[in-house]
Amino acid sequence: MLSRIYVKPKGKATIMSSYLISHQLGKDKILKIANALTNQTIEEFSINKFPEVSGFSYAIEVGFLPGVTDNAAHSTKETITDLLHLKENAKLSVYTSKIFLTNKKNSAQVKEFAATLYNPLIERVYLASKQELKIKKDFPRKELKVILKKSEPVIIVPLSNANETALSLIGKEGISEKDGTRRGPLALDLNSMKVIQNHFNKLNREPTDIELEALAQTWSEHCKHTIFANPIDNIADGLYRTYIKGATNLIRKNKGKNDFCVSVFSDNSGGIVFDENYLITHKVETHNSPSALDPFGGAITGIVGVNRDTVGFGLGAKPVANVYGFCFGYPEDKAKYFRDPALTQPMLPPARIIDGVVKGINVGGNCSGIPTLSGFVKFDDRYRGKPLVFAGTVGLIPRKSAGRMSHLKAAGKGDYIVMLGGRVGLDGIHGATFSSVALDSKSPAAAVQIGDPITQKKLSDAIVKEARDRKLYRSITDNGAGGLSCSVAEMAKESGGAEVDLEKVPLKYPGLRPWEIWISESQERMTLSVPREKWKEFEKLMRSRSVEATIIGQFTDSGSCVVKYGGKKIMDIDMEFLHNGLPTEHLRTTQTYVKNTEPKIELASYEKALENLLARKNISGFAFISEQYDHEVQASSVLKPLAGPGRINTDAQVFRPVLSSLKGAVLTSSTYPSYGDISTYHMAAAAIDTAIRNAVAAGGSLSHLAILDNFCWCSSNDPVRLGQLVDAVKACYDYAVSYDTPFISGKDSMFNDFKGYDEKGAPVAISIPPTLLISAIGVMSDLRKTISPEFKRVGDSIYILGDTNDEMGGGELYRMAGFVGENVPKVDARKNLKTYKVLEQTIKKELLASSISLTSGGLAIALAKASLGGMLGADISLKNLPGRAQTTLAKLFSESQGRVVVSVNPKDVRTFEKIIKDIPHAKLGKVSKNDILTISDNKQVVKTAIKKLHNIYHKFSNSMQ
Amino acid sequence: MKKVKIKTKQPKVIVMSGYGLNCEEETKFAFEWAGGAADIVHLNDLIANPKLLEQYDILAFPGGFAYGDDTGSGKAYANKFKNHLQKELGEFLKKDTLIIGICNGFQIATNLGILPGGLAWNKKGRYIDCWVDLKVQGKSPWLTGIKKLSVPIAHGEGKYTITATDYKRMQKNGEIAFVYTKGEICEFQNLEKNPNGSDYDIAGVLAYNGRVLGLMPHPERAMFPEQSPLWYLNKKGLKEGAGLQIFKNAIKYFR
Repeated sequence: MLSRIYVKPKGKATIMSSYLISHQLGKDKILKIANALTNQTIEEFSINKFPEVSGFSYAIEVGFLPGVTDNAAHSTKETITDLLHLKENAKLSVYTSKIFLTNKKNSAQVKEFAATLYNPLIERVYLASKQELKIKKDFPRKELKVILKKSEPVIIVPLSNANETALSLIGKEGISEKDGTRRGPLALDLNSMKVIQNHFNKLNREPTDIELEALAQTWSEHCKHTIFANPIDNIADGLYRTYIKGATNLIRKNKGKNDFCVSVFSDNSGGIVFDENYLITHKVETHNSPSALDPFGGAITGIVGVNRDTVGFGLGAKPVANVYGFCFGYPEDKAKYFRDPALTQPMLPPARIIDGVVKGINVGGNCSGIPTLSGFVKFDDRYRGKPLVFAGTVGLIPRKSAGRMSHLKAAGKGDYIVMLGGRVGLDGIHGATFSSVALDSKSPAAAVQIGDPITQKKLSDAIVKEARDRKLYRSITDNGAGGLSCSVAEMAKESGGAEVDLEKVPLKYPGLRPWEIWISESQERMTLSVPREKWKEFEKLMRSRSVEATIIGQFTDSGSCVVKYGGKKIMDIDMEFLHNGLPTEHLRTTQTYVKNTEPKIELASYEKALENLLARKNISGFAFISEQYDHEVQASSVLKPLAGPGRINTDAQVFRPVLSSLKGAVLTSSTYPSYGDISTYHMAAAAIDTAIRNAVAAGGSLSHLAILDNFCWCSSNDPVRLGQLVDAVKACYDYAVSYDTPFISGKDSMFNDFKGYDEKGAPVAISIPPTLLISAIGVMSDLRKTISPEFKRVGDSIYILGDTNDEMGGGELYRMAGFVGENVPKVDARKNLKTYKVLEQTIKKELLASSISLTSGGLAIALAKASLGGMLGADISLKNLPGRAQTTLAKLFSESQGRVVVSVNPKDVRTFEKIIKDIPHAKLGKVSKNDILTISDNKQVVKTAIKKLHNIYHKFSNSMQ
Repeated sequence: MKKVKIKTKQPKVIVMSGYGLNCEEETKFAFEWAGGAADIVHLNDLIANPKLLEQYDILAFPGGFAYGDDTGSGKAYANKFKNHLQKELGEFLKKDTLIIGICNGFQIATNLGILPGGLAWNKKGRYIDCWVDLKVQGKSPWLTGIKKLSVPIAHGEGKYTITATDYKRMQKNGEIAFVYTKGEICEFQNLEKNPNGSDYDIAGVLAYNGRVLGLMPHPERAMFPEQSPLWYLNKKGLKEGAGLQIFKNAIKYFR
């Protein structure tokens, strides 16, 4: 039977909840359920009857499409089962939806409004007029079961005689079903397909579909990072081994006994020493392609996914901080694009993407009880086709757990393979291969998933707060891209093989084929290796924490990854071939330097330029995001996302991972995509320099600082783009080594391209600008020495440390004027290192009242932010500014790296000046008591009120409230 | 002899966990810093062994996102608690014990029916994390010696909702624990005094002669001086944040 319970707020309502329940229960039981779903103080319910409400013309029901994760339905089902003491297998299904009431009169208007409420890829909508509801009394009650077409569970893919065209087609569009349709991209090129063909020819048999799908997952760009692994030009060992890992290895050697790296590049996150008792881990991921299609689902899956990279570090680290970074098209951009030539698959406009992505991180982070501390937002028209959504998580793990070194793990022969957490559905099929290609009309909609943070929270708590220290498992990894196919194959390396019985995998709904179960990316799952003698205790613990645990096979040392279904062996791939069979391809690059020219900029008013620059979305505040993310949970916040009375966004965040300790952790990030329009080498150098500078400026220590790389590139089969990549990676090596800051983790996403059509059906291609995000994580010995960026007291002296050169190329002022320019900021690491060491010393000696790093918009913007952050004025003179900048324009807006503006209490000035005497510096002026910022360069060039600057800085954010 | 023993007794605190509650560790830390002995206990472990509750002096429902706020914040956790532990809760309340519900814990407590009113969606319909100033109104062991307090809130459903009749009764009985007020932090960062739009500016309420306290703001997020946005103006001096006093009061009640 189907019953519907409506729950609405008492009195006037514009939105209400609906619970459609399929059950075999009596009326009294349904009434009992309705009571439990209603908080009688503020809500009221109605059963099988649309509630009495007035003042609306249409009601719009928005619910999920069948099979899409419905978190509220899970909770409701749990409540009902517990309330009525039902058996776990009782016949009970719940489907939730929201009902919006509108006053819009004609159906066209209502349809337009409804379109803003739902995403057709994952949701359904039903419009009912007041009239219809009056007659029918209720929204239609219809069960939303997933019914899968019956099909053969396993098919043999005839490869042995396939010609090159056929092989290519399989690689590009997927295995052919019996009816001729293709399953979706394997993202295997001809070369790889030939190697597979050869392999099976040697075995004298054809591969099964699941074998081919499994190879595609494991070999995908997403999993194997082929572009970073393959030889490129004369770099035989590839970019990753030569430059990224190469830098880390060299730095660790140089550091000797001061090396703080413990587990780098080998695990789901990178781990470094926090103190004698703990390690701290960090990992930053991207979730770009899914966020383009379903911004909310893409972003929430991104953040809860990277949480699992923390829980999957070593024997399981506890997530203690989340970070995010968004690169969007401009919200005012209303141009319409489509994925298909028939114009039936519209792309979401930036405003919708922003809204959904911001919400996704909100729900994912807030529901998980992990403070979301650090973040940034960047805008560029070129992120219009694919947004970039960075999501990262910092973890904490005791160095020893039950006598074991916690960063080491190994599945043992004979251990049970245990799947823990959510169930498997069709969601996320081909996620790994999907993110390895450009976004177009063939992009699979099933690749989109929605995260369930509560299922994961239960799992995470049960692992890192209980099972780990009870020694109940030997190894653990996350089910992310590629699902079981990747996690089991990865762990099987530890023991030497695996044997899985796919029938044992719990499913969301019946009818999934084995290959689908094997590669599905359904969320909230981890794979563990549980010793047989621990299973009973492990299972009991998980049951008592409402976490589903299932034995799906065992780890072996057979040298093969074997999968069975219905007692039949359907996959048997040699471990060596599975992991190392992927052919290498020698990549070639072309260097094409575009020579830009320096523009001649004539400003009517420097003051106006400063104000306009401050209003730019790449510079102005984003409090609307920071304040909807819980950054105080775990009681660890020290330097928050928003600082000072003027609530400016901070460039570094400091927190207390261990409540009983005064040691702090500092987090920063930096990216300068627009510098890449001139040189990706200098773009990468500036990102590293800024991430490090931001950390030191807040109180971080150069000697305990590590960095992470996230390359988001475009068209990575284009030799020019690859040339830009090589440049950037070389800079990573040069500057990491110069600053002695090892890379501990990294990730790449190489095909951020959109290929589609405009409103008139003309083909459109939009590629992102090559984007490198550098994140930094450092340990502070005393968090009480943290410095915030805003000015503090009238009368404090203001200094600049570091040289200002004429370097506005690729910077925000030129961008605002419509130019790229040529003089991109270049980083002099030796000089900057000296500055940073001195800066660190002044902070250690507690001589600073404030400290702000100079980034986009240069000195003028830093002064404006420090002033409006403290809601205090400042009188500034640029006369003695160190460096080669000649013009007032360059002095104000150059983005030269290596610079910091600090303020110093008069009583500390003498000591301070003594310490800084050997580095480039100048006293710029004082914090003033009138609420005005003045800047003079022989004559006064800026005079503007702090209140005005405050309004400008927060204008964009306020418009998003 | 007996008297001395009571004086030195370390009050026992049970901090609930499970199903997405997430502030249990810092809440335990605050109670222990204040001098108590705190245990984190999963709801299912308490259901499996309901007698456990008798051992404790203080019951804390910490903040979090139990069941992801699905079906309404605090509702599902309270349903499960009521469904299995109604009797034990009643007995616990009959004794001279204390209960606190913080944020999601407050939402749970109202759904359990041990505190009046309910928590609805914030007036802007969005989750918000910011600092607020509180003025103490009611009388409670939890509030001894506190007149005002600055602490952060972080919630989506924190708009306290109450009928006029109930409000009048509560006011008369001194059952309004805190109201939002324009104080130090609001002045400092130019913030709204009542950001979620609570009825009568109510931030926290009392019941059972002040022994049960529910509040949306998080005192444990103001237990260290460095947590306050004002700390940067004067870093020296303070050993603890203002929020700790609430936990100290509870411990002191049993000494």
